[in-house]
Amino acid sequence: MSKHSAGSGPGRSSKDSQDNGAAGPPPRRKRVVLADSRAPVTVLRTVVELEEQTSYGEELVRGFIRIQFRTAVRLALLAAVLLCGLPVLFFFVPSISDVTVAGVRLPWLLLGVAPFPVLFGIGYWYNVLAERHERDFVDMVEK
Amino acid sequence: MGGTAVELNLWAVSGIALVAVMTFYVGFRSSRAASTTQDFLVARRTVRSRRNAAAVSGEYLSAASFLGVAGLILKDGVDALWYPIGFTAGYLALMLFVAAPLRRSGAYTLPDFVEARLGSGGLRKLATFFVIFIGMLYLLPQLQAAGLVLSRIMPVPQWVGPVIVIVVVVVNVFGGGMRAITVVQAFQYWLKLFAIALPTFVLCAIFIGRGGAGAHETSLTAPTSPTFTDATTVQVDTPVRLQVKEPVWLWADGVVNGAPASGDVYWKPGVGEVTVDAGTTLRFSAGSAVPVVAGAPADNDSWMRPSSGGAGDLFTTYSLIFATFLGTMGLPHVLVRFYTNPDGKAARRTTLHIMLLLALFYMFPLLLGALSRIYVPELLVSGQTDAAVTALPAKIIPGIGGEILGAVAAAGAFAAFLSTSSGLVVSVSGVLSTDVLRGRVRDFRWAALIAGLAPLGLALVLPPNDISLSIGLTFALAASTFCPVLLLGIWWRKLTWAGAGAGMIVGGGLVIGAIVLDFVSRYTGDWAPAFVKQPALITVPIAFFVVYIVSKATHRRLPADTSRTLLRMHAPDPLGFIRDRDVARFGTAEERARLADGRHRR
Repeated sequence: MSKHSAGSGPGRSSKDSQDNGAAGPPPRRKRVVLADSRAPVTVLRTVVELEEQTSYGEELVRGFIRIQFRTAVRLALLAAVLLCGLPVLFFFVPSISDVTVAGVRLPWLLLGVAPFPVLFGIGYWYNVLAERHERDFVDMVEK
Repeated sequence: MGGTAVELNLWAVSGIALVAVMTFYVGFRSSRAASTTQDFLVARRTVRSRRNAAAVSGEYLSAASFLGVAGLILKDGVDALWYPIGFTAGYLALMLFVAAPLRRSGAYTLPDFVEARLGSGGLRKLATFFVIFIGMLYLLPQLQAAGLVLSRIMPVPQWVGPVIVIVVVVVNVFGGGMRAITVVQAFQYWLKLFAIALPTFVLCAIFIGRGGAGAHETSLTAPTSPTFTDATTVQVDTPVRLQVKEPVWLWADGVVNGAPASGDVYWKPGVGEVTVDAGTTLRFSAGSAVPVVAGAPADNDSWMRPSSGGAGDLFTTYSLIFATFLGTMGLPHVLVRFYTNPDGKAARRTTLHIMLLLALFYMFPLLLGALSRIYVPELLVSGQTDAAVTALPAKIIPGIGGEILGAVAAAGAFAAFLSTSSGLVVSVSGVLSTDVLRGRVRDFRWAALIAGLAPLGLALVLPPNDISLSIGLTFALAASTFCPVLLLGIWWRKLTWAGAGAGMIVGGGLVIGAIVLDFVSRYTGDWAPAFVKQPALITVPIAFFVVYIVSKATHRRLPADTSRTLLRMHAPDPLGFIRDRDVARFGTAEERARLADGRHRR
């Protein structure tokens, strides 16, 4: 009986067992669910692996730190090139000081106004990237 | 500006009194919630990113930003714009490399972070020393500037300002520690923004209404010295050296070039520099050229141009960039605010908000600095350029309107002294109470008292200096001590405590040496070269190098739990690896149990 219901697939098994149960003594097959078998077990396994610093866990963390570090360094370089280039530019191309935009000398605009949106933009970009990397890492660990 | 010449400026005094009372009230209200050590140290780590950003900005916009930036722009022109850029860009570096991992480390002070990462009690003590030293160095100019501002608006001696600031701050810190200071600082950011925005808007509107830059005799682009807009009397309080580039007729009473002078004087362009002793009065007629203090661009054209002083200027600029970009992340009072975030992600968002708030603020000192070149050039003679923001309104709008605007600016400056000082006192007393004393709430209160009174004593003894310059040195010190330890500690596995300690000692020692040299040279004829005044470009790479070499040499002493510490610092918050060390040390048994068994999920 139990063999039969197992073979007939999960969709029909309950109906079958009900029918058969009405016919004979009920050695019913029960499915005991202690916890949802899918997600949490793996979460624990990977997180434990991170915590215990198995070679796999260690490698995961190292890779993640590397990604975050690379992102940060790239954006820092971008900011450094954009800003630290300015003094050299002014030094070697002094004529840039004679250019006037909307009544204001160009160096005053380049130093007084332009850096702030650039800095904020880079910061915003980093925030997006870093949070995305973290989400990806969590997703991977909890998969 | 000597003690006798000042009359009581009722508007400004009431503005400052209002700020002091409001600060006290806000702090008092929010200190009722504070009862435990965690409240006092890190506000229980419950400060949301927006409020925290306002609080960090409120604390960070010190006298150097509120008064100093405009003053430096007045004096040095376009090159001074690197200060606001650096002050803001420092937060980008902080965000990219430090903010989130630092919060996740679970530390509650900078020395605690150092110990958590490298497991060395001795290194913790070294870090404690530097935190206290940087805190004092940063507090000094705040207090001295408070004395200057107050003695300009009412007939009181210089010590009254620092005493008032310290009393208000210590009372607030005493009552609620970080919990109270957070609200105070957030409130003071908006207060300062208002106090600098309102005068700027009004003054710019009047300036444009009068015909803008073209309508004035001194065009800011002309290759001539700035000129006095009307007859001006300058009282010289500290000895100055003036450069004379154009012929000036003036009336002098006092000591000029070492000889007593009384009556009309003529300075030829050929004389080069003129020394004027303290206590001298100089009277200029309208339209006469302004002799500018030595070391600053003398004419408007070179004031307009970047790096007009050649390669030396270039060095100073890069050194300043280095100090401010990397120094911000080493300032203990800024970092301690990051520990109050709930998690790493919030720490990062806080930093992003801060950059927005700072950028918003720095638009205004820029405009005020340029305006003051036209309207208050006498500050270039007396050298007291820090007074630009507070002196400008009364000069442009004579009468009551100008007085009220000046009062608003003075009140904002006072808010700057209060908020920065309270941040510094909180951070220093947090370190004192947990590292020198036993870390109970009572200890924190005693520490607050010490952290307030010690710098007060120093401020009364030591002579004042340009606010932004000494702040620049503080940044250089932070960049040469804590920056390498933080950056390498967070991202480099092979850092050892020996390496970190050596780097801090060498980097810090070099900067302290430069500070001493600079101090000596100012009293013996100003012979120190540029790299002594702004040494970061040399000292920071040396500090990094020393940390690297010594760590390599002592690689056997790697802390055993480096991997676990790094995992904690970098693992995303939802995985729940954060262990707050303050809870582990000061929390109740219940809190500790919760920390030990469960994940720190949100």
